[in-house]
Amino acid sequence: MPPNLWSLYALMLRSRLFEEAIAQIWHDGLISGEMHLGTGEEAIIAGIVSQLCEGDAMALDHRGTAALLMRGIDPVLILRELLGQADGLCGGMGGHMHLFSKEHLVASSGIVGAAGPSALGFALSAQYLRPGTIAVSFFGDAAMNQGMLMESMNLASVWKLPVLFVCKDDGWGITTQSKGVTGGDLDERVRGLGIPAIEVDGCDVSEVWQASKLAIERARSGNGPTFLHARCVHLEGHFLGYQLIRLVRDPLRELPKIAGPLTKSFFRPGGAAFVDRLAGLKIVLAAVISTLRDPRQDLVNDPIRQTHLILQSNPERLQELDDQVEQEVTNVLASIFEEVSS
Amino acid sequence: MRGMFFSQAVDDALAQAMANDPRIIIFGEDTLLLRRNLLVRFGPTRVRGTPISESAFLGAGVSAAMAGLRPVVEIYMVDFLGVCMDALINHAAKVETFSGGKWSAPVVVRAPCGGGYGDGGQHEQSLWGWLAHIPGLTVLVPSTPADAGGLMMAALQQDNPVIFLEHKLLSETNLEFLGSGARKTVHYDIPAEGAKGMVPQKWEPIPIGKAVLRRKGMDVTIVSVGVGVHRALEAAKTLDTEGISAGVLDLRTISPLDKTAVCEEVAQTGRLLVVDEDYEGFGLSGELSAVVLEAGISFKYARVCTQTTIPYARNLEDRVLPNTQRICASVRQLLK
Repeated sequence: MPPNLWSLYALMLRSRLFEEAIAQIWHDGLISGEMHLGTGEEAIIAGIVSQLCEGDAMALDHRGTAALLMRGIDPVLILRELLGQADGLCGGMGGHMHLFSKEHLVASSGIVGAAGPSALGFALSAQYLRPGTIAVSFFGDAAMNQGMLMESMNLASVWKLPVLFVCKDDGWGITTQSKGVTGGDLDERVRGLGIPAIEVDGCDVSEVWQASKLAIERARSGNGPTFLHARCVHLEGHFLGYQLIRLVRDPLRELPKIAGPLTKSFFRPGGAAFVDRLAGLKIVLAAVISTLRDPRQDLVNDPIRQTHLILQSNPERLQELDDQVEQEVTNVLASIFEEVSS
Repeated sequence: MRGMFFSQAVDDALAQAMANDPRIIIFGEDTLLLRRNLLVRFGPTRVRGTPISESAFLGAGVSAAMAGLRPVVEIYMVDFLGVCMDALINHAAKVETFSGGKWSAPVVVRAPCGGGYGDGGQHEQSLWGWLAHIPGLTVLVPSTPADAGGLMMAALQQDNPVIFLEHKLLSETNLEFLGSGARKTVHYDIPAEGAKGMVPQKWEPIPIGKAVLRRKGMDVTIVSVGVGVHRALEAAKTLDTEGISAGVLDLRTISPLDKTAVCEEVAQTGRLLVVDEDYEGFGLSGELSAVVLEAGISFKYARVCTQTTIPYARNLEDRVLPNTQRICASVRQLLK
């Protein structure tokens, strides 16, 4: 049975438009601190969350808005929370990195790797109290080097817990490229713990859906955890205002701020030999250059545009759906901001 | 003298120390970007980026220190020490005692701390009381660029583990990285005197465990650290207009505590107000009252601290963290 691409597209688009609105609100200064968006990983979230049932749990990272939205949590409540309002999802106390919904069994954490142990405990209670239900753990590739996640995978393996470990791999841990700090192959690492590892294109929602369908069935039927390794690109980088993206988008403003002190320090007497300094400079330049070759520009890496292309076969229906989703998101914003202004 | 921002001063002191002592190396999360100026001067052998594996790299910092290096280990935020406290409380802090005084771990742990910019209760804690609770750990919380650089120099010369906390409201780089993201649309209550100030041409170590009197006062002694010092100074100005003379003592070091300075000041004013951004219960504020009581000084006491998990909502956060209104109200109450 193939997935219903129309409903997956609607889920993804709603999430994208919602998060783009959040970005605007953040830029307007109505959100004070960090903001990590899930734009670019919608196919991974939609492909999996669309298959969850009542009683299934989710352990989320600091980038959990899309998953909450797709799980059916009221977007008005989410947005109110991000704005720090008393009638937000968590009373304005948690904020975007710490979103919780007891009734949906969803918990978030801003501690990298914490979605491992959280999913483990949710799965343990599922195995004991709600047989047939599962727990999903969402995390980035950088979390793969965090001990608690590895420990969780081992325990899930030996206890045959119903967990779907989902690695949303964008190749970066904040501003550090993962390949420079990660030994070996992640899939092999997980297989070494006795967990099957499946690699998917995280920009292809059908592929994510198909692969996770099997993994979810496996977990529901008591056969233990699966590791889903999905590649993706975060369209806004690690978080809004991400330094490397600012550098690309506004080089004239950002470059002098960095280049001046860097050059001065490079030539300061006392310190390493010239060759070592050069090696240091190469590392800084490599980070900048890798961002200049920005995969964000490439339509292939945008799951929503990808799906949009496929659905073009029925342009009228597509237009109707686009309009409908846009209206929904507009209504959410209106219900909050009109109330404020009135 | 020259003017510098807070974190710039720390990095500048580090650079001076690194140029003189090849044993000093730096590693931590995102260090390659955050310390890029040090990276291009000292090279990738001495300035290293790590994966998000705190237990591994902090633990390695401790034993590397035991084996001859002087590592400065960077933790993204003090809150994240929760992931790897074992390395500090069970290892770094214990080596000297366990080895009968023959071995120690001269590691410096550098971590941003503190709130006031809307990042929520898992990313804005102070936690210095939690750290200072452990015998064998030195905990530094500077409040000005000059102190930050000077205390970093001292930390690097210390033969035992030092935790160096850098308040994010004072640190221009951290606040831009973790708060504003270079937006002009957000505003934080940044103490100007703490965020930027004059620093010496050449860094000299500032003695660890020495408090400094920021303002002389006759009626009450306000004791604080970090951003709290600046909030207290602001409150003291307001109180001055009401005819109340409030002194402000900046501890600079949480552990070892400058008990002498605290007792001397409180003995003169007879009143102690502790302003502590860290949690109220079982921490610095209670410790200070015990120190003065043990010295046999008769005094009145109050504290303005963080009592709950820090709320995400900015308006609530501002009420939960110590602010000048709460400080003024507490002082007035003490004088009644």
